[in-house]
Amino acid sequence: MLLGPALAVSAVLFTIGVAGVLIRRNAIVIFMCVELMLNAVNLTFVALAQRLGVSGQIFVFFVMAVAAAEAAVGLAIILAIYRHRETVDLGKINLLKG
Amino acid sequence: MTLDLSLTRDLLTALLPELMLTGWALVLLVVVAWRHRTGGDLRVAGGIALAAFATTAAVVWWLWWNSAAAQGYAPMIAVDDFRFISDWLFLGTGALTVLLSMRYLEREALLAPEYYVLLLFSVLGMMLMGGGSDLMVVFLGLELMSVSVYVLAGINRKSPKAAEAALKYFLLGAFASAFLLYGIALVYGATGTTNLALIGAQVTSLHLEHGTLLLIGLALLLVGFAFKVAAVPFHMWAPDVYDGAPTPVTGFMATAVKAAAFAALFRVLGQAFATTVAWHQIVSALAVATMVGGNLVALAQRSLKRMLAYSSIAHAGYVLVAVAAGNASGSAAFLFYLVAYTLTTLAAFALLAVKGRGGESDVLIDDLSGLATERPWLAFALAVCMLSLLGFPGTAGFMGKWYILVAAAQSAQWWLAALLVLTSVVSAGYYLPVIMVMYMRPAPSAAAHADVRLGRLAGAAVTLAVVGLLFFGIRPNRLLDLSAAGAESLRTPTAAAVAPPGN
Repeated sequence: MLLGPALAVSAVLFTIGVAGVLIRRNAIVIFMCVELMLNAVNLTFVALAQRLGVSGQIFVFFVMAVAAAEAAVGLAIILAIYRHRETVDLGKINLLKG
Repeated sequence: MTLDLSLTRDLLTALLPELMLTGWALVLLVVVAWRHRTGGDLRVAGGIALAAFATTAAVVWWLWWNSAAAQGYAPMIAVDDFRFISDWLFLGTGALTVLLSMRYLEREALLAPEYYVLLLFSVLGMMLMGGGSDLMVVFLGLELMSVSVYVLAGINRKSPKAAEAALKYFLLGAFASAFLLYGIALVYGATGTTNLALIGAQVTSLHLEHGTLLLIGLALLLVGFAFKVAAVPFHMWAPDVYDGAPTPVTGFMATAVKAAAFAALFRVLGQAFATTVAWHQIVSALAVATMVGGNLVALAQRSLKRMLAYSSIAHAGYVLVAVAAGNASGSAAFLFYLVAYTLTTLAAFALLAVKGRGGESDVLIDDLSGLATERPWLAFALAVCMLSLLGFPGTAGFMGKWYILVAAAQSAQWWLAALLVLTSVVSAGYYLPVIMVMYMRPAPSAAAHADVRLGRLAGAAVTLAVVGLLFFGIRPNRLLDLSAAGAESLRTPTAAAVAPPGN
């Protein structure tokens, strides 16, 4: 029940996350958009679990644990760059030229 | 030795290498919690890391020697030659990185023995990626590796460049992981399973080769992996991150991390999507873009580290040709090339690390002038590395490229083969100047290379790598046989593939 709409919502959420990562320049906002993408995937897993059995719901726990580990490391890295540059604006963080 | 992975005892046996490395990493974590103040503590931690790699490699060898194989219901971890060979590659790269890092860390006053703990955990992640026969295990391995390497890239907290490199690596790495995960979710939705063998079976039995959900999932998986191996157009992060990270970590990222992503990609495509033809064209297109893009931009680089960064992008393109070939010789060439490339690149970054001292100042190619008269052995080793990267006959790099070329020709991918040769010729334009500058220009001042010292451990590591390069360049047969056996073990479907999915 409601599999189609749930998948559509998660696709929209994922797209919003991708757009945010590509458009925004603030490191914290980009990080939040990545988290939005991961949670969109979680929604997909939960929606699919109705049809495909409980494993989809279990994957969500793995994804949450991974997202938590990423958040811990990511915020530490953002803090480290703030100590050096006093900004988290990617437009102003440009010691390395790609 | 046949392992029935539904029995706990056999499952533990199959997982013994990973369990061993986890145990060592936890022990080391406790040790460095007590001892983390002096250079001596750093050396103790490095020694423990080396012991961890050595014992784990011995366990892998023991499983290999007993020709361990899995039977029964589709397992989450593969027990085959491909896993054992890639495990050896990752463990060897990890051990060489430890040897290179010992002196470097003390020299740059990075008194953080946690460095070695993170190294152990990232190698553990790689082993799960190379051995995982379930998309979720591959994803968890990838995350374990990536999160450890994010921290390693920024381990030098005093350097603003390292912090910037870590930030860029983290943001783009997490972005790529999300794509990979969405791909896994969609493939799971299309086939009802995340097990590679069962996905392959479902695709054939349900005729999903052209199913929309499956193809979108596959495309997202490919995007995620392309980010991790730094294939053009998903390579933007690589030069900046390689440039800013501490040089031994850069060497580790350019070799082991890339090799692990390739190993996982290869297993996923070979086992789950063997009958789905759609990816061949995508991978071919990625290979073309990566070879052309990487080589052309590398020509314009003045800094040695950035040049090596772009060169590693170009080499990812050559490996993608082997993946795109998709035949038995392509698989054998793939493993052989990874070994050759890893040895060469690691040695090159080790030599760069000794030159680039004093707060990671940029080493320009011109800074190497006259190195051959002052430090003939160093210059010789770097010259061999450059020739091997170029693919000069007599080095392992040549044999690797040759096998990839043969594989591409056998699968009638003439365009890819021609482009591989052409771009290799272009790459001479940035590899040969390094040798020319070292041997044909005088040193700017007598003291220019006075402080260039490799140290005993790093010297041993570089010697090992260079001897290996020359050895495999002249006698490649044994390694090629091993690679072919490893690749073959991927292609023969296990008994598990016959079992129906449980839904």
